[in-house]
Parts: sequence; structure tokens; C-alpha cells
Amino acid sequence: MKKILIILLALPLGMVAQEKQKKSTKAEFKVHGNCEICEKRIEKAALSIKGVKSADWDIPSNQISLIYNPAKVNLETIHAAIAAKGHDTSETKAKEDDYDALPNCCKYDRE
Amino acid sequence: MRKYIIIVCLSWGAVFSQDPVHGTVQYQENNKTYPLTGASVFWQNTSIGTVTDIDGAFRLEKTPETDLLIISYVGFKTDTLIVQTPFITHQMIQNHNDELDEVTLTQRRKASQKSYIETQNILKVSSEELLKAACCNLSESFETNPAIDVNFADALTGTKQIKMLGLSSPYLLISEENIPMVRGASQAYGLTFTPGTWVESIQISKGAGSVTNGFESIAGQINTELKKPLTDIPFFLNLFGSINGRYEMNTHFNHKIDEKWSTGLYLHGNKRTEKFDNNNDGFLDLPVSEQINLMNRWQYTDLEKGWVSFLSWRYMKDDKLLGTLSFNPQKDRGMNNRWGSEIKTRRWDASFKLGYVFPETPYQSFGFQSAFSSHDQDSYYGLRTYDINQESFYTNLIFNSIIGNTLNKFKVGLNYSFDTYMELVNVDAFQRTDQSVGGFFEFSHDNNDNFSLIAGVRMDFHNNFGSFLTPRVHFRYVPLEKFVIRLSAGSGRKAANIFAENQTLFATNRAIKIESSDGKIYGLDPEKAWNYGLGLSKSFYIGDPHQITLSADYYITQFTNQVVVDFERPREVSFYNLEGESTAKSFQVELDYYFRDYLNFRAAYKNYNVKMDYKSGFLQKPLLAKNRFFANLGWESKPNSVGKQWRYDLTYHYVGAQRLVHNLIDRPRGFSPKYSLWTTQLTYVLSEKFEIYLGGENIGNYRQPSPIIGSVDPFGVDFDAAQVYAPVFGRMIYTGLRLKI
Repeated sequence: MKKILIILLALPLGMVAQEKQKKSTKAEFKVHGNCEICEKRIEKAALSIKGVKSADWDIPSNQISLIYNPAKVNLETIHAAIAAKGHDTSETKAKEDDYDALPNCCKYDRE
Repeated sequence: MRKYIIIVCLSWGAVFSQDPVHGTVQYQENNKTYPLTGASVFWQNTSIGTVTDIDGAFRLEKTPETDLLIISYVGFKTDTLIVQTPFITHQMIQNHNDELDEVTLTQRRKASQKSYIETQNILKVSSEELLKAACCNLSESFETNPAIDVNFADALTGTKQIKMLGLSSPYLLISEENIPMVRGASQAYGLTFTPGTWVESIQISKGAGSVTNGFESIAGQINTELKKPLTDIPFFLNLFGSINGRYEMNTHFNHKIDEKWSTGLYLHGNKRTEKFDNNNDGFLDLPVSEQINLMNRWQYTDLEKGWVSFLSWRYMKDDKLLGTLSFNPQKDRGMNNRWGSEIKTRRWDASFKLGYVFPETPYQSFGFQSAFSSHDQDSYYGLRTYDINQESFYTNLIFNSIIGNTLNKFKVGLNYSFDTYMELVNVDAFQRTDQSVGGFFEFSHDNNDNFSLIAGVRMDFHNNFGSFLTPRVHFRYVPLEKFVIRLSAGSGRKAANIFAENQTLFATNRAIKIESSDGKIYGLDPEKAWNYGLGLSKSFYIGDPHQITLSADYYITQFTNQVVVDFERPREVSFYNLEGESTAKSFQVELDYYFRDYLNFRAAYKNYNVKMDYKSGFLQKPLLAKNRFFANLGWESKPNSVGKQWRYDLTYHYVGAQRLVHNLIDRPRGFSPKYSLWTTQLTYVLSEKFEIYLGGENIGNYRQPSPIIGSVDPFGVDFDAAQVYAPVFGRMIYTGLRLKI
């Protein structure tokens, strides 16, 4: 009886845990920017896409850490959305116009 | 894998923004720090740059073009620092192989901070600010803080009482690590039962607050975080002595058992042995007292799996002897020849906390906490007996997650609380059990830019209050740069523990009257109020080292029911349900000025309009200053390489006239005189491990003349030691040391 109870209790938890892993994937890549304004811009751009659950961009390392649902969104879309705001990512380069439209403090060195 | 650290300390040579930046670049290997010679340092997109010398030091002219400082060296990843404010210390930890970047940024924390990004009006007080008032417990930690007013409770016990928005501490939710703490039986002396050195930080939130910790807060919430065994230093010793014969000792021992477990033992003792009667009224100005306070905490942390847990227990024993100088409790108790009083408190606390953060989705977490306390106070005041025993159990489960993405978060959870009270007031026994179970939901939205809101609601089922909803909302809007508008509204309820909250009435011979209305709490109804708040805050930078913040806030608390404590009639104190209106309006303007990190000036003006319908009319609350002014100046010298430093602090309080209640002995006093108080402290830090301090409270030596009404005849009907508007004891000079290993 006890065993059944444990299984009954553990089963849904296990299912939830498995589903959780499927529903969210982590990713990390480089996004060019300099300051706190960039941080807001980059995180906002990433979060504006449905399926992106959390976005955290770090100023000194220029790395963005993402948690997203791969069933709803793919990484290319996220790269494109960030680049559309003028920030080069490790995969996608921003258009010249979008770069020029950046606020002054965000004008990072372009390679 | 070798780890490298670059530490860049930036400092300005002089006031003007075009003056040079100094700094050093270092790296760390095998826990030793070495200077990094030959690293290049330059302003981004400019040709202004230099190379570090043999000590790793550099000097660079500041440029108006950019705030971004680039540091590079072969074998290290190039790094960029923002040099906007002069108080930044950057630490960069890098792995040599460049694959894993681990970067930490530390900014020198200001002693007290009004948060710019927080939706609620929250003031964070760090342990540095707490050091400004070296003495001694939580009730004395707010003297350098304009949000909270500290008053003396009565002329006998030396106890300080706090007020926020013009309302006294029973209307605040005072919690310790989010567990409601100073409430019920501990309302009068509870703040003196937490030693100041145990406190890691305090969060003061004005107004409605959050729904997660219950329905009890009306004027605001004060949460105290205690030191944690994992992060606190292994050994700490604090000794304190003052010329009025008060001695305190605090020791902390923290030990890391293994990777996951750590434990801490915190021991506090204080003693006041000498008897003083500086105002020659025959009564002790301060009680003779003794307290032993012991806490043991166990902390379990497994960051990889996402678990954190705390187990704590605590025992406190506090004895006070007060009254006339010659009172001898063995001979004189129960006699009407010498007036005296003893207050003996014993308290046990135990708590368990468990937190889990989902490692794959760190925005999801749950927390569980459970706490038990037993509070036992046996006391007599002259011929009056007052005993109270309270047993409490509180438990809370909370789940945090997001809706869609991290811009929309929610908290959902349950609380259960159980309190049983047993009281003996002279010959009358009172017994009551409060039980409530409630659920809450709190949603928060942040557009990551200029708008955020928190909206919460809770539903509670209470054996004495019935079932009810408690809504609370907060908005924050930033229309212009560094200009924040905040709005809040919410309700709160509480049971008025009339004797425990108003223990000063036992220091009088007033007859106690309860005008019962068939309510369930001493025949009275629960108190209920709405609180509305508006706050504005604007920061200015005038040249580089100067930073100014101006803020103003206005709060209204409107009671729909209140238990009125009425001292208006001579020789009588009565309690009754509010009939009519009761409002507390509070207005505050505050100026904060920082000159780099070394000088801070704060000034605040506060206006309180707290009026309620007494039987005798719509009157301003007695013993509450309508106008108060506060100023604080803090200065610290730059620490040298071994951490040698001076710190100085000066605080000024102006307390306006307070309405005094009518009494038959000194009738002409309608209002108290206005007065000023000064406190100061000087700390000399010899090294990071050792510091000494010297300070003074009430250095202007202002005292209330004859604070006890009817002191010549303490058994007569007019005796009243509760009408205190100013310090009873004069100047207090103290000294002490802190040892940190």
C-alpha cells in the first residue's frame, strides 16, 4: 500500500519534471553592447518574443543567458530580434541603420 | 586551472570631473595577489591611454567623451568598465583558458539605500548603517533613519518605542526573515530582544506592503535579516560599555562543517548594574537589568541542486528591576511603602525554513517556513500584576513562477497561524486563541523600463475576525530619467492586544476601563484600516562626485475600526471601539547628498497629522510631535592598504511640540516644549579585523523635567509615568570594540 502511494505521489512529480525539461532549454551566446541601457534593450528584445521565458545579459562578459521553449521559438529568431535592435550577436550582424540608431553609450566597437 | 583576478580600484584625485582616475590592476594566483605590470588601460574609442607600472598602478586623465574604460593584457580577456560614479570597485575573475567567463562586479554599498527599481517604497538598511548606532539592539537601530521615529515608551523601563507614518509599532508588521516576530505579547519590549550585531540588514517598506506575510500590516513592514552562518565571518566579538553602567557583549562563532552544512552560535549578554536618579524624583531613570540571549543556526546549501535550508533555535531571558531607588523586591513587593516593579521575560523560538530553486528554470522556486515561539512575561508594577503568556505557531508555503516570461511573475501560497494568549491583569484573567488560515496570490509586472506594478490579494479565515479579503497594490512609473512616481493602496487588520501593546498604562494608577461591545477580543472588535500612499523621488548628478536625491511621500491611513486608547480623562484609561473617524496623515520630504562615497548628508522634514474621535472630541494623538526634522552627516576616510580608516557620524533630531493629556496635578501643560537631540559616534578601524568606537547619545543633555507625574505619591491616584515626551536620562557616553576574525 505504501509503495503504491509513493509511486502515485512520485509519478506526477516525475512527469512534471520531465515535461519541464522539454519545455525549457538554456542557451548562452555573445551580444555586443556596453552599458545598462544596452542591458535593458537586449533583454527586452529577447523577451519580446513568445517562448522566451528569461533573458539575462551581463555587461562585462557580453554574454546573454536565455531560457526558452524550443517548441515555440528557435534560436535564430532570437538572434534576429536582438540584431534588429542594433546589437550584433555571435550569429547575426545588425544592419548598419540599426547600429547607427543605437543610443550613444551602446555604440560598441564593431569588428 | 589557474584563476586570475584583475582588481581595478578607481579613485578620483580631486573634485573636478576632468581630474585623473587612479587605479591598480592585479591578478590572483593560488590565493595570492600580484600586481599586473604592462597592462594597457585606455578610454574606449579614444587615443587616451596608458600602461600600468611595476606596481600595477596607473593614472589616466578623465575625458568627457566616454565613461568606458578598457583594460587589456595578453592572456586575459579584454574588459570594459563603466566609470560613471566615483565609488566603483571592479573585480574581474577570469579563467586563463578563456572558455568560462566568471565575472563578478562589486559596488561599494551605501549604508542605506532607497531603491530606484523597486515597485514598493522600500528603504534598505545595511549592517554598515546599523553600526552608526553602536548600541545595542533593534529598537535602537533606527535612530539614524528618517523613516522611523523613536520615542521613549515611559519614564521607568528605558524602553524605546518606534513609530512609522505617525502610527506606533503595533500597526507595523515586524518580521524576522519574513516570520512575524514582534507582535502580541512581545509588542512592548520585543525590539530589545534582538541584539543589533545579529542583524545583517533591515528592509523598511512604507505603506501597504506585500500580502505574502499576512494581513496584519497597516502602516508598513519592517523585516530583519539575521546573520547567516555560511556568509558571516568565523568569529566576531563586540564589547560595549557606557557611563550609565550599561555593559554589552556579543560573540558570534560560525563554522563550516562541510561543503553543504554550516552552523553558527550567537551569544549576547547585557547588564545594567548602576542606579541613577539624575532628576532627583526618587525613581531610577533607567532600570537595573540583565539579558541573556542565545541563538544557534544551521544552514544547508546545495546550490547545484537548488536547495537552501535553515534550522534555528533561540532562548532569551530578560530581567528588569525598576521603580524607586530604595525599592527592595524581597521586602517591598506588594507593600505600599516603596513603589517598584519587576519584569521577567523568558522566550523560546524555533524555526525551520526550506527553499528550492528549480535548477533548470531558476525563475521558479518554492519556499516553506515554520516557526514556533513561546513567550512568557511575569511582571508587577507597584501593586498591579501583569502576566502574559503567548504560544505561537506560524507556517507558510510559497511558490514563485512566471507567466510567459520573467516580466510577469507571480507568487502564490498559504499561511496558517495559531496564537494562544493567557493574561493576568491584577485579578482578572483573560484567555484567547487566534487561529487563521489564508491563501494569497500576488502578480507583478515589470516592463523592464519605466513601469512596474505589484497587485496582491489574500483571503483569510479567522476564528475571531471571520473571513475577509485583503487587497494591496503598488505602481511605479518613471516618466523622466531618474524620476520615480510610486502609488500604493491596501488594507490591513489586526487584533488589539490592549494590555501588551499599552504596557505603559501599568506605570500609572489610572483606572482601566474596557467599554465592551460584545466583540471577541476583550469584548472589542478587530482593527481595520486602509492605507494610501504617493511617493516621488528624483536624483540629480551635478558634476561627477556629487549625487543628490530628493524625495517626498505622503501617506494616509484611514481606520474603519480602531481600538481607541483614551488617556484624555484624568485618573482613567479607557479602551473602546472607534466611533467616527480616525486618520493618520504623514508627509515627508528628504534630501540625500553623496559626495563620492566618503561623505553623506541626509536631511528630512516630517509632518504628522494623526487625529481620531475620542469620547472628548476629535483630537490630535497625544505624545506625537506634529513636526519633526532630522539630519545626519556621515563621513569616512579612505581606507589604506590594510583597511585603516576613520568613520564619523552625527545625527540631529528636532522634535516639535506634542499634545499632552489633561491631568489634575500639572494642569497648565497643553503642549510639550520643542527640543533637539544630538547623537554622535567616532569609529577608528585599525585593520579589517579590529576597530574601536566612541560615541554619545543625547549629547546636548536634554531631559524632560519631572517626567513622572505624582512621583511624590506613587500609590496615589494621580501617579502617571506614561506621559513621556523626551529622554528621561541625559547624556550617555559609550565606548567599545569590535574584533572580527
